Amino acid sequence: MSEPSGLLEGDSVISPAMRAAIGRRQPPVTAVVERGAIHRFCEAIGEDNPLFVDDEAAVHGPHGGIVAPPTFLRSIAPAIPPLPDGDRLPNVLDGGSAWTYGAPVRPGDRVTASVELNSLAERSGRLGPMVIATYATEYRNQHGELVATQEQALIRTGGRP
Amino acid sequence: MMGRANAGKVTVGDPLPSLTRTVTTRQLVQYAGASGDFYEIHYDHEFAKSKGLPGVIVHGALKNAFLAKMVTDWMGAEGRLLSMSVRYRDMDVPGDPLTCHGKVVDVRADGTVRCELWLTNGKGVTTTTGDAVVRLSPAR
Repeated sequence: MSEPSGLLEGDSVISPAMRAAIGRRQPPVTAVVERGAIHRFCEAIGEDNPLFVDDEAAVHGPHGGIVAPPTFLRSIAPAIPPLPDGDRLPNVLDGGSAWTYGAPVRPGDRVTASVELNSLAERSGRLGPMVIATYATEYRNQHGELVATQEQALIRTGGRP
Repeated sequence: MMGRANAGKVTVGDPLPSLTRTVTTRQLVQYAGASGDFYEIHYDHEFAKSKGLPGVIVHGALKNAFLAKMVTDWMGAEGRLLSMSVRYRDMDVPGDPLTCHGKVVDVRADGTVRCELWLTNGKGVTTTTGDAVVRLSPAR
């Protein structure tokens, strides 16, 4: 999500400590992609496309076996770090994601993901001030190939307690 | 279901075959487990109410998964999903039929195709919008 970074001055709810967190990259995490995890993810989202679920049919497909469906990487996302002074805006909603895709994700792959806070933007909404925090995650496989990037917007509000 | 779209046949304005899903709270629990997103607003009614929500709400990323499925079913085994974005404009709740829609908005000379995506709830309100860029199999 490319939100324009219209940071307000004066009574901004974005504190200096929050702002200082921009650009801070978290330590990467590595996960092995288990075949069973792909199957369980497909069950959970109601996925029945043979490319993702049918080991035998997928052998004859373009990847020579099943691959993970596009949003499977949500299951190996690194923990998003707490936002400094985040208790001012304790309610968090997912605002959306923008993905780009590279190499396919196969069972047995080791995927390393690292996340950083890209930007903070302030808006005022129905529930008072809100901050849109955009996080960028990069996913690479064991060959160092870029598997995907994800930009995720988290909307933080004070709202009701 | 597979291999439906190829670059020679797709034109601007073509609809993608729509996909409807009615999510249950059980599926939200299943998705929480499969994705690792255990934020309580998706399965704990009292917690969700305490956050000012009407009740438990559907994970945005689950709606993202439905939209992605519509695209990957349409483009077939030889297609490649190059990018996809989604914006959650409103919340969705279990029990409401959610329908994914898509439309081809650009067909480029290099074989890539851009689609607009959106998801409507049972009242016809668009709660999620997005787009996807795919490379389809060569014209046959």
